[in-house]
Amino acid sequence: MALTREQMAMRVARELEDGFYVNLGIGIPTLVANYIPDGIDVMLQSENGLLGMGRFPTEEELDPDMINAGKQTVTARPGAAIFSSAESFAMIRGGHVDLTVLGAFEVDQNGNIASWMVPGKLIKGMGGAMDLVAGAENIICTMTHASKHGESKLLESCNLPLTGAGCINRVLTDLAYLEIKDGAFHLKERAPGVSVEEIKSLTAGKLVVPDHVPEMTFAA
Amino acid sequence: MAGFDKRVTSYAEAMDGIESGMTVIAGGFGLCGIPENLIAEIKRRGVKDLTIYSNNCGVDGFGLGLLLEDKQIRRFYASYVGENALFERQMLDGEIEVILTPQGTLAEKMRAGGAGIPAFYTATGYGTPIGEGKEVREFNGRHYILEESVVGDFAIVKGWKADRYGNVVYRNTAQNFNPVAATAGRITVVEVEEIVEPGELKPDQIHTPGIYVDRLIQGTFEKRIEKRTVHQD
Repeated sequence: MALTREQMAMRVARELEDGFYVNLGIGIPTLVANYIPDGIDVMLQSENGLLGMGRFPTEEELDPDMINAGKQTVTARPGAAIFSSAESFAMIRGGHVDLTVLGAFEVDQNGNIASWMVPGKLIKGMGGAMDLVAGAENIICTMTHASKHGESKLLESCNLPLTGAGCINRVLTDLAYLEIKDGAFHLKERAPGVSVEEIKSLTAGKLVVPDHVPEMTFAA
Repeated sequence: MAGFDKRVTSYAEAMDGIESGMTVIAGGFGLCGIPENLIAEIKRRGVKDLTIYSNNCGVDGFGLGLLLEDKQIRRFYASYVGENALFERQMLDGEIEVILTPQGTLAEKMRAGGAGIPAFYTATGYGTPIGEGKEVREFNGRHYILEESVVGDFAIVKGWKADRYGNVVYRNTAQNFNPVAATAGRITVVEVEEIVEPGELKPDQIHTPGIYVDRLIQGTFEKRIEKRTVHQD
């Protein structure tokens, strides 16, 4: 079975470490905040200028001056800091954020990512994504492994205009967890009940498969 | 003698001198921390062919979206413009030229512009359509593109409190682009919720020192919420 969005978020959350500063993109990455493992503390960075994003506000706490990068009203947790957009991207570009999680349309075996522009469709903009992928050492890309029509999104070379070049080193899809290095996808784990053959058939880029590929497990 | 007193008494005075064809840098992120009343004054004046630098273009009927109604904007530098139907139509009709700019690059264009630095190298956008046609240099084995900074004819800024001398503090994430925008205007106009006497704001907590501020006005603000999300138990 392919992973649900929640299971994808749970799997990504296992990559969090105590003391990490983390930027979570919109969509599945946002859900990762719900699955931070017990006993570790992470600080969420929101690129509009908030380090230490908290939960959504109650009606009483609602404040138009307190939003996240998705423009949702949020709170700041104890120990948060607020700063300008220039400062925010200084910490992003300067490599101070420990982990970035973001979605994508396509990634390829050389770590290129396309996530912002489909030619012929309305282009709304890249927001902070280009800065995030250029600045982070440690990026996990979350996406479905293939389109609804069964076309692979893990490619030899991205077809769509890039968000960043050679910057992605880990991908979590609904079918598998993979690392990208030396010009290939390296299969590390598979979703429960998903066969290596199925992953192979839906991966257009070069795929390296070890003898044993463990199955992910999730608590019921 | 006005000395360092930056206050003006009307929005007309605050935006005096703005003309068609000028470049305006605006603070704000989405609808958070936008200079609502200064934008409304630009609409009232009807100046056209403006070049705007701002992260977003408001929504239909509010914020910078107001300036679309009479087609006052010719060119727009933004990182994300997806919240606005009128903007989309003017973009598709070719009435507005949109230069999509990575958010950090946009902020740095303002920061560098205000700091007297004409251009800077950034890895952001290298190898993407944003890097096409731009100078590339390699430093320590990595590729960077050259981006030019910006100085606006006007910068329009929303603060929380300021003293008469134009020392400004921002509230929560309404800070966003405002402090960098404030540095990058030939004429910087700041509107705030409250003006206090010099000495009331702690010197070590000032976000924008008064040296950047040319005109200051106190206003009232709607502070519209774009995406209202609340905690469910």
